[in-house]
Amino acid sequence: MSRTRFRLVVDPIACDGAGVCAELLPELISLDPWGFPIIATGDVPPGLIDHARRAVTSCPRLALTLVPVGS
Amino acid sequence: MSTTHHAGPVGPTRLLAGLSGGGRASLASHIDQWGRIPDATPGAILDALDASGLRGHGGAWFPVGTKWRSIRKAGLRTPVVVANGAEGEPASGKDRLLVMQAPHLVLDGLALAARVTGAGQAYVFVPAEVVPSVRDALAERTARRLDPCPIEVVVAPDRFVAGQETAVVSTIAGRSPGLPTFQGITSIRVKGVGGRPTLVQNVETLAQAALVARFGPTWYRSVGTESAPGTVLTTVSGRWDGPRIVEVPLGTTLARALGIDPAASGLQAVLLGGYGGGWVRPEIALTMPFTEEEARARGTSIGAGVIALVPTGICPLAEVARVARYMEGQGAGQCGPCVNGLDTLANALEHLAWRPQGLRGGAAAIPGLCDLVEGRGACRHPDGVARFVKTGLEVFADHAALHASRGPCAPHAPFLPVPNEAVRGAVR
Repeated sequence: MSRTRFRLVVDPIACDGAGVCAELLPELISLDPWGFPIIATGDVPPGLIDHARRAVTSCPRLALTLVPVGS
Repeated sequence: MSTTHHAGPVGPTRLLAGLSGGGRASLASHIDQWGRIPDATPGAILDALDASGLRGHGGAWFPVGTKWRSIRKAGLRTPVVVANGAEGEPASGKDRLLVMQAPHLVLDGLALAARVTGAGQAYVFVPAEVVPSVRDALAERTARRLDPCPIEVVVAPDRFVAGQETAVVSTIAGRSPGLPTFQGITSIRVKGVGGRPTLVQNVETLAQAALVARFGPTWYRSVGTESAPGTVLTTVSGRWDGPRIVEVPLGTTLARALGIDPAASGLQAVLLGGYGGGWVRPEIALTMPFTEEEARARGTSIGAGVIALVPTGICPLAEVARVARYMEGQGAGQCGPCVNGLDTLANALEHLAWRPQGLRGGAAAIPGLCDLVEGRGACRHPDGVARFVKTGLEVFADHAALHASRGPCAPHAPFLPVPNEAVRGAVR
């Protein structure tokens, strides 16, 4: 049994740099000098999945998604 | 069936051997020269493509057989195939030349792609200036029922990013003309035009595929090397008066292909792969085997075959700054990191070129700005600019130090072509 792994993907066209995601998930998301998110590469650690989901659902532009990685 | 036996051209001139040097080759003269499009099955065509080692000459150098197979397996929806001749790069002219003079060879490749993938619709995506050539060629083909599916011409907008796959798809679908879209992790090969599996293939690659299908992989491999077979069309500037299209056998050296003595080249750098490519020192660029692997090992790519030979006596930092500003303006303006990052980057480069004292952090601050845009757009535009700038700063490090200590170079005429350029040397 392997647990599904997830990655965070931002749609850079939809994103307008509100910055909510970086507040809710500072472990994986930082902001560039213009306020746009820089997402850590690699899978979201299981312990941060709930925080990641909150960041996804809180994005005012629906620009952030959690994408399952092929198991 | 024709009874004439056609053999493939002998020697390193293949695609260009077919060009009359004048106008468009008619269907009759095309068939006279190359023979008819072969009657092979999809499986036989794919096997020939795999065995030939042909890769995509639009810039990505992806194996063509593998790409076509991936479309064939994509479910029940009939696919769409696209001949991509957008060629938004100002320093490139090889695709225009090919489509203008040998449209039937490109269309043969498109017809083969349609046959192999089972496509129900095909498109030719080209700049307005070559549309008449394609339309006339299509009229000849329709009368003879040469193609397995309808082929429509779509005008490629005059924009650097118009040839990016997602921009091609969105333009054909009638959405945002010339602008890339965000595909997430889904390839257009799975979900492209109208949600259909879509093959977007560069026009030169299609013409090469049409030759592979006719003359076979052994013929294709008779020029080039084992790991880099065949030839590639390049657009060379800085060697002769005005740019020239040159067919280069892969694996040879540019010194040989262009007739330049590397010990006395009079060059200060070579730009490989165009404005999204990278700078290479002349002694390396002229003597390395001309292959995609060798180019990548040196931080660049053959890309779509742009080769700019930059002579001594011009300020390379001014060239880098001009092109960076042009590329900033050519972005789609959709992604925050690219919109902000490329402008900041172009500003820094303009300072380095013309007002080096005003550059905070000096040239050393610029690679970090490149890192900030790399991989952060919906398309590859910012990545290409980052590579162009980073390799430029490496190759021209001594020159940048001179600017820092002695000030900028005297102004001179621009070298690299930049369309509709604003006042040169202006610093915001």
